[in-house]
Amino acid sequence: MNSSLTFQLDGATIPFADGQTVMQAALAAGHYIPHLCYHPEFKPHGSCKLCTVKVNGRTTASCTMPAEAGLNVESEIEELNALRRTLVQMLFAEGNHFCPSCEKSGNCLLQALGYDLEVHSAGFRHLFPDRPLDASHPDILLDFNRCILCELCVRASGEVDGKNVFALSGRGITKHLIVNAESGLLKDTNIALSDKAMQVCPVGVILKKRVGFSVPIGERRYDQRPISAQALDDAPRQSDAGGSCAACEGTP
Amino acid sequence: MTPPTKPKLRIATTSLAGCFGCHMSILDIDERLFALLELVEFNRSPITDIKHCGPCDIGIIEGGICNAENVHVLHEFRKNCKILIAIGACAINGGLPAQRNHLDLGSCLTEVYLTEPGLEHGHIPNDPELPLPLDKVHPLHEVVKIDYFIPGCPPSADAIWKFLTDLIAGKTPELGHGLIKYD
Repeated sequence: MNSSLTFQLDGATIPFADGQTVMQAALAAGHYIPHLCYHPEFKPHGSCKLCTVKVNGRTTASCTMPAEAGLNVESEIEELNALRRTLVQMLFAEGNHFCPSCEKSGNCLLQALGYDLEVHSAGFRHLFPDRPLDASHPDILLDFNRCILCELCVRASGEVDGKNVFALSGRGITKHLIVNAESGLLKDTNIALSDKAMQVCPVGVILKKRVGFSVPIGERRYDQRPISAQALDDAPRQSDAGGSCAACEGTP
Repeated sequence: MTPPTKPKLRIATTSLAGCFGCHMSILDIDERLFALLELVEFNRSPITDIKHCGPCDIGIIEGGICNAENVHVLHEFRKNCKILIAIGACAINGGLPAQRNHLDLGSCLTEVYLTEPGLEHGHIPNDPELPLPLDKVHPLHEVVKIDYFIPGCPPSADAIWKFLTDLIAGKTPELGHGLIKYD
């Protein structure tokens, strides 16, 4: 690695390799930047904006921002954390996120980010949208109420599984996740439990049936340690790039 | 001459569209209640059985807003309490009762009281004493200004204790990992 390839992140010197983004370099160097739609195994999406940082004074998504020598990046500042808090609050207000009855509670990235950012309430007027479930598949439940439109399942099903089971449809507030079948039902797709798309949902949309609360609430991933302490476990290092993802543990 | 004693803070609590689980969690602070009672006294609350809220320093409200009476009680609290705290998932986002929000209220009442098997002679309750249900269940902050939120279903006794002691000490309450929970 060329020693001149470094940038500053909150006063720390971060080395990077050509082609890395600010997010990838930061995580690889052991520095956490909050993120939600970014996943180390997929092409950055840049949609959730949780990873927004200030680069030379201007705000930008760190997951899509190419690292460059000499950049001055600020992340862990109250101004940005306040913006991140608002983004998390808007996601909570936009869907139907009832954590006490959600199977993903404790393994949910959105919730874990809320905990880490000390979000005590969604603050906004809740939209309470009407989003019926798809329970048609014998082994898989889709609960669209919790979808945050991160497209991780879309990316996983297309890029890794080669099946294109999921897509987003509509624009703006009507944008929603759809299933690629004439009937629109998951049972009429070739999705399988072993698919990557089954492992990547950060929230509780894509759930394996008959798992439920077999691991009780209180003993789950983010009950143990905050997401800021665990996200670094998932970041690819030189030795295990593209390897297993600890964040997927909650959804076997 | 005895030194002047600091007046105790006055606290009121109530449960609206809640299950009293958050109140059980308040009681679950156990022997620390004695320490708390050195600093505060309770006004309207299920603990005292006082029926109306007088002027208070802190109001703690469990449950969301699902009927007309809830709205009146919430306004009474807001009018009388300097600081209003929403406690628990239902007060904060409507919680379990709000899961009816995407359904039509009339259909809900019909199914529960008229068309369910075994309810041939049932009728939708219409006693004038009963508060009318609202078409949607609302979190508290959609109706009045709420100053603080303690999330959880219910929040743990430790979370409530930390929050209240921070607040009483004049600090901005912080929960931190392990105490801030939405489930």
